[in-house]
Amino acid sequence: MTHALEVKNLSVDFHTDSGVVHAVKNADICVREGGILGLVGESGSGKSVTSLAVLRLLAGRARITSGEILFRGENLLDKTEKQMRAIRGSHIGMVSQNALSALDPSFTIGAQLVEVIRLHQGVDKSTARAKALEALELVALPDPKRRMKSYPHELSGGQRQRVVIAIALSCRPELLLADEPTTALDATVQKQILDLLLDINKELGTSILLVTHDFGVVAHVCTDVTVMRRGDVLESGTADQVLNNPQHPYTQGLMRAVPRLHLDATTRAIPRADRRLFEFHGDTTKEAANVA
Amino acid sequence: MTATIRNRLLSTLLVLFGVSLIVFLLLQLVPGDPAVTILGSGATAEAVAALRTELGLDRALPIQFFDYLGGLVRGDLGRSLTVNAPVTDIMLPRFANTIILTVAALILCIVVAVPLGVIAAHKQYSIFDRVSMMVSLAGASMPVYWFGLLLIGAFAVTLGWLPTSGMYNPRFPGGFTDLLAHLVLPAIAAALVPLAVIARMTRSVMIDILQQDYIRTLRASGLSTNSVLWRHALRNALPPIVNIIGLQVGYLLGGVVFVEVVFGWPGLGQQLYTSITQRDIPVVQAGVLFIALAFVIINLLADGAVGLLDPRTRRKVGA
Amino acid sequence: MSTLVAGRTFPWVRRSSAGGPVQVDTDTPKPQWRLAVRAFSRDRMAVVSLVVLVIVTLAAVFAPLLTPYSPTAGDPVDRLAGIGTEGHLLGLDGQGRDIWTRLLYGGRNSLMTAVVPVFVVFPLALMIGLFAGYRRSRAGEVLMRILDVLFAFPLVLLAIALSAVLGAGLGNVMLAIGITLIPYMARVAYTAAVSEASKDYIEAARAYGANPLLLMFRELMPNVVVQLLVYSTTLCGLMIVVASGLSFLGVGVIPPTPDWGIMTADGKNVLLEGIYHVATIPGLLILVVSLAFNLVGDGIRDALDPRKQTN
Repeated sequence: MTHALEVKNLSVDFHTDSGVVHAVKNADICVREGGILGLVGESGSGKSVTSLAVLRLLAGRARITSGEILFRGENLLDKTEKQMRAIRGSHIGMVSQNALSALDPSFTIGAQLVEVIRLHQGVDKSTARAKALEALELVALPDPKRRMKSYPHELSGGQRQRVVIAIALSCRPELLLADEPTTALDATVQKQILDLLLDINKELGTSILLVTHDFGVVAHVCTDVTVMRRGDVLESGTADQVLNNPQHPYTQGLMRAVPRLHLDATTRAIPRADRRLFEFHGDTTKEAANVA
Repeated sequence: MTATIRNRLLSTLLVLFGVSLIVFLLLQLVPGDPAVTILGSGATAEAVAALRTELGLDRALPIQFFDYLGGLVRGDLGRSLTVNAPVTDIMLPRFANTIILTVAALILCIVVAVPLGVIAAHKQYSIFDRVSMMVSLAGASMPVYWFGLLLIGAFAVTLGWLPTSGMYNPRFPGGFTDLLAHLVLPAIAAALVPLAVIARMTRSVMIDILQQDYIRTLRASGLSTNSVLWRHALRNALPPIVNIIGLQVGYLLGGVVFVEVVFGWPGLGQQLYTSITQRDIPVVQAGVLFIALAFVIINLLADGAVGLLDPRTRRKVGA
Repeated sequence: MSTLVAGRTFPWVRRSSAGGPVQVDTDTPKPQWRLAVRAFSRDRMAVVSLVVLVIVTLAAVFAPLLTPYSPTAGDPVDRLAGIGTEGHLLGLDGQGRDIWTRLLYGGRNSLMTAVVPVFVVFPLALMIGLFAGYRRSRAGEVLMRILDVLFAFPLVLLAIALSAVLGAGLGNVMLAIGITLIPYMARVAYTAAVSEASKDYIEAARAYGANPLLLMFRELMPNVVVQLLVYSTTLCGLMIVVASGLSFLGVGVIPPTPDWGIMTADGKNVLLEGIYHVATIPGLLILVVSLAFNLVGDGIRDALDPRKQTN
């Protein structure tokens, strides 16, 4: 099994005024080539930090203290900034969660696409514009030709997210990092975007690292799952394995915490004031579960 | 969009009306009778009364004001009390000189302050940032006239590199280079305070922008730091920066009085100063009016520029 | 019966039926004064500046105790003696007057013309801003538009024009500066009042039927006062420069009354002869005091920022 991305023993520390925070601790994460990995966890689990670390886009206070990030056989942590810039946007694309504010408000959609395409592919303007149009058609943006001249504020949230995905895919990267791409969107739009990601994975063969806190998303889209909590990787496996047969008690608890749309008789019998949210007191080390 | 333009022009006209009203009222606050000032204290009562009627000073105040407004629209600002010439003839050439000085100072401001602010924001908390912001704060607290004197003392008197005053060499008036040599020190003096303020504000705006989400998208697309900073971030920072520059022009225009006095630059400010000491009220009025007018127009232009720069306020292409 | 809400007592809020206190969500946590003082004291530049201001003020107040000379009578024999002359630490000016003495006595006038107008206009601007901004009424907006006309004049220019018209003299200068400041301070108070009035806790109190006047004075005013105070401190820094500038131009205090601006003007005449100390020293002091006011203003603003306060 070849990996599109292999993260080995990654540790990331943040140096804050009140001390050092270990955001990621010795994490091992693998994205199968052609697969969609769901990186799941609650807030503060270190999942977003991991995806930023892959592209080496972490802010100044963060330090990668150990590990390797293997992409196409090379360790990204050894690369110079110039080499990373050649990878970002062309071999690895990124889509983040704030769809409404992810696009530069002062430039048209077309201009932003053309800029990235010309940067990585060195083609002239008209070729770049043609490729930009292709990218917009790829993400099924309605009326793409007219939208090339639109500004981001003229588009809805879902449309903007499609554009962001288009930009990320414009140079046909091997890997796409999607950091909670649907969290900020309406429910109906969420499904559309997820289906779009599935299509892209199928048509282009792009491997996807999908960071999310929503198991519903995982169930819908992912082929593999990795669960994180407070910087530790707790459990990894195929989606089937983890969703249907979670090994780690934390994962089991997370699955139970997913709100069901129907209340069963037992739950309704408890007075509302006494219903407690899920709290986990167990052991979070890897050894506590049989991790694949 | 035309409705907004119409409203803006209307409110600008109202402001200009208010400005001329205030300038007119200034005259009324002056103690003493203008006719007596012109004729001297030894004049007879009849002569004073005759002059008052001739100047229209015996009519009701609102009528005087509308006369004044009428004169303004026609370009007639009255006659100077000390020099026997229409005020407009005195003021226009001086206004041109002040514009030269102001434009030079403004260019200096923008060319130095904006990049300084951008780089300080990019390297936030670095030595460069702290030092440049500290220097900016000191610059913003500096009295313009004192700084001008320092410049003269250092560069003109001690080092002798540049002339001490005036606009051209009085004995051998040269061309452009002569003007430039005389322009350097006054422009630097005039530019200092606005430069410092613009630099600090640019830094503040850029810091906000660099924390926006789209900056991360741009970097994730592989764009270089320079491209992100100067092509994208600065572009988004332009509306508030242009706004600030427009306001700082006001400070420039206020400080130009001091600079012209210190450097003997034959502009509007120096004329204002002389007229104040000589109690030549029509000229003082005209000077204040010119400067206020310039400020209002520049702010109008700045607001227009801001409206054009931000795509969200430009006319929509269509939903 | 008054109820504790978000740490303050509101006489008009009733208890909830379950018996617990009603929680009203405030938009921003209110800064506590003790924390603010502590945060301020951690800002070294601000503390140093405050000390400088206090020293300068005390020196000006106690001027006669700090120098034996007269600020207005001078001995022309020794005119233009330089720094370090025996008996005259900072030298003499063009009329033989001791510069150190004139700095001290001049400090009184310079500081007064800068600070007094700001703090006299403060309550007036506060009232204008509060009444105009509390309810966004037509009257309020019209008033602010009228004040907007005054913004068309550069501040310095308006001060010069008013001074010229009113005539020189200490009182007239303070009056001219005061009038010039009204629109600026009123605008800041107005903006602060409008933004505070739209916050949730005010709306909640209004919904509970609070007395509007009481609400304005007890809840709105303290926040507006604080923002206006920060602005006023920075404004004092600017006014020191403007007021001395007016004296420099000859429309400020009347000579031989000492004032840092007039002293600089005196120095201008001898500058071309290569004598610098007469002009340089007073201007330097203006710069230092203005900078100090700015740093203190920044320090107060940062200290009151609830996000910067840590235990």
